[in-house]
Amino acid sequence: MQVVVCAKQIPDPATPYELEPDTHLLVRPTEQILDDTDRYGVEMGLQLAQASEGTVTLVSMGPAGNMQGIRQALAMGADKAVIVDDPSLRGSDALTTARVLAEVIKREGFDLVIAGTESTDGYSGVVPQMVAELLGVPALTYATAVTAGDGSVTIHRQTAAGYDIVEADLPAVVSVTAGVVEPRYPTFKGIMEAKKKPVETLSVSDLGLEPDIRQKVVSVEPAPERQAGEIVEDDGEAYLRIVELLEKVKVI
Amino acid sequence: MPFTEEHHHFRRVVREFVEREINPHVDDWEAKGMMPLHDLFARMAQLGFLGLEYDPAYGGQGADHLFTVILAEEFGRADHGSIGMALGVQVDMATPALHRFGSDELKRRFLAPTLRGEMVCSIAVTEPDAGSDVAAIRTRAVRDGDEWVINGSKTFITNSLQADWICLLARTSDEGGYRGMSQIIVPTDVPGFEVSKKLDKLGMRASDTGLLTFTDVRVPVANTIGEIGRGFQQQMAQFVLERMWAAYGAVGACERALERTREYLGQRVVFGRPLLGHEYVSYRLAELVAQVDLLKHYNYAAAEAYMRGEDPTRFATIAKLTAGRLTREVADWVLQFHGGTGYLEETWTARFLRDQRLGSIGGGSDETMLQVLARMDGFWV
Repeated sequence: MQVVVCAKQIPDPATPYELEPDTHLLVRPTEQILDDTDRYGVEMGLQLAQASEGTVTLVSMGPAGNMQGIRQALAMGADKAVIVDDPSLRGSDALTTARVLAEVIKREGFDLVIAGTESTDGYSGVVPQMVAELLGVPALTYATAVTAGDGSVTIHRQTAAGYDIVEADLPAVVSVTAGVVEPRYPTFKGIMEAKKKPVETLSVSDLGLEPDIRQKVVSVEPAPERQAGEIVEDDGEAYLRIVELLEKVKVI
Repeated sequence: MPFTEEHHHFRRVVREFVEREINPHVDDWEAKGMMPLHDLFARMAQLGFLGLEYDPAYGGQGADHLFTVILAEEFGRADHGSIGMALGVQVDMATPALHRFGSDELKRRFLAPTLRGEMVCSIAVTEPDAGSDVAAIRTRAVRDGDEWVINGSKTFITNSLQADWICLLARTSDEGGYRGMSQIIVPTDVPGFEVSKKLDKLGMRASDTGLLTFTDVRVPVANTIGEIGRGFQQQMAQFVLERMWAAYGAVGACERALERTREYLGQRVVFGRPLLGHEYVSYRLAELVAQVDLLKHYNYAAAEAYMRGEDPTRFATIAKLTAGRLTREVADWVLQFHGGTGYLEETWTARFLRDQRLGSIGGGSDETMLQVLARMDGFWV
C-alpha cells in the first residue's frame, strides 16, 4: 500500500511565538520541528505500510528551513519526502494549502492519505477534508483507530458519545486524532539514515499552480487573561454553593 | 564542538525518552529501591542507546563518542541519579574492557545480549578492604585445569541484584600489588555466587547495590577478558571511561537543577520581588552556571582528545574531580535557595542533594583523582 502522510514543520511550541507586526503572520525560524499531531499520522502510516510492504511518502508545505521536522519523520521510518517551499505561499489559507498538497499527492500516487486532524500552529482543521475533495476520494475524519487492506479502509470515528465505524473503498483520505497509535521514538540508526533519504523541494511553478490566497489576517488580539476563580469560604453551608456551581457547569 | 544535526536530533530523542519513560516512574522506583533494568535496557537497546560506540558485529551502533556524551548528559537530567548510573555501568563501566580485549566468543556470549538489553551487568572492583586502593584487592582466582576457582568478596556493586554477569577484577597470581590481576566474567547463576546483602544508601536509592561473596565459584579460564595478569591495566583504562561518563552526566544534572531553580526563584516573591531579583541569589547562580559551563567545555575537550586517539586519563581525572565537587556545590546551593521547601523530601532538591553526594566518592574518590593527578604532574615524590 502506498501511503502518503501530510506532515507540517512548526516552530517549537516550547519557545515563544513571534508574529510579524504588519501581516500578523507567524515568524518561522530556520529550525522547526515536526508538528506533534503529525507524529501520530506518521506512525499510523508506517504501521499500515509495513503491514502491506508498502511505502510512506511525506508531503509538506511551508518554509523548508533546515528540514529538522521532516528529518524527524524520516528518522521514524518514512521513505521519502516532498516539500513545497515557495515565498508566494506565505500566509496561505486552508484551501490554497489543500490545493498544493493535493497536487503533490496526485503526482506521487497514493492508496491512502493520512493527516492529523489539525495543525498545532494553524488549527483550521479543514485541510484533510479539502484535500479529499480535490482528489475526488472519500474523507474519513477524526479516526481513533484505522485498519486498511483489500482495497478498503475502516476507521473508528470519534464522536461525543463514543465512536462510529466508518468504512470506505481505497483510495481515501483519513485524518487521525492524537492517540490513534503511540508514535515510536526514532532509533539511532533511523536518525543516521534520515539524512540519506530523498527529499524533493518543489516550487509552486513546478506544480503548475498559481496561488490564489483569499484569506488575510486582519487583526490579532491576545487571549483574555483568565478570570480569578471564586473562593467559597466554609461557614457550614458552603456545600450548597459548591453544588450550585457544579450544577451550573452541568457536571452533576 | 562538532555536533551535527544528527547529534542534536539524538539529544532530543534521548531527552524525550527520559521525560516520558523514566521520570514518571522515578518515585515508584525510589520507593522500591529497584529499577526494572531488564525491561528498561531492552527498550533502550531498540533505540540504539546501548553500545553506541561498539562494533556492530556484536550489536553496537558504530557511533562516534559524541553520541555517548549526549546520552550521558541527557540521562544526567533525569529526576534521579540512579538511572544514569545504572546505564553508565551497562554501557561504559562494565563493558568497555570486554569490547576492547575480550575474545570473539566472550563477546558473542556476553556483550551481544547485553547490548540487546537481555542481560544486565555489573563491574566488581571494590572490596570491603580495598576501594580506591585497587592494588590492595584480595579476591583470588586460583587455576584448576581449565577453570578458575574464585573466593572473596566485592562491595558497593551497582546493578548487582539484577545482574546476569559481572566483570570481576581478581588476583590470579601471587605477584602482589598491581601485578597478577585479571578481569574475569562471572555469570551470576553459578554455584557459590551470592549477593549477601542489599546495601541501604543515603542516595541513589532506586539503584540496587550489593555486597557480593564468591565461595569456590568455578568459571572457565576462557572467561578471562584479554590477557591473564593484565587485569589491573585493563581496569584502569575502563575506569577512565567510567570517569568521563560521570563528568558528562554531572553537566546534565547541574544544568537541569539550575534551570529548575531559575524557574522557581523567578516566581517566588520575597521582600516584594522575585528571589531572582535579589543580587546575591542571582549572582551566586550565575557563578554556578559559569562553572558548569567550564566543566561542560572541559568535558568536550576530553571527548575530542579521546576521539583523536589520545590518552584521555588526565582529562578524565580532572573532569571527574571537578564534576564531583561542582555537583555537590550546586546541590547544596539549589537546596539553600529553595529555603524550607528545599529541605522537604517532596521537593526534588532533597533527592538531588543525596544522589549527587556520590559523585565525589564513586568511580574513584576526589582524593584518588588528586593522587592520580599529583603523580601524573610530578607533585608526588
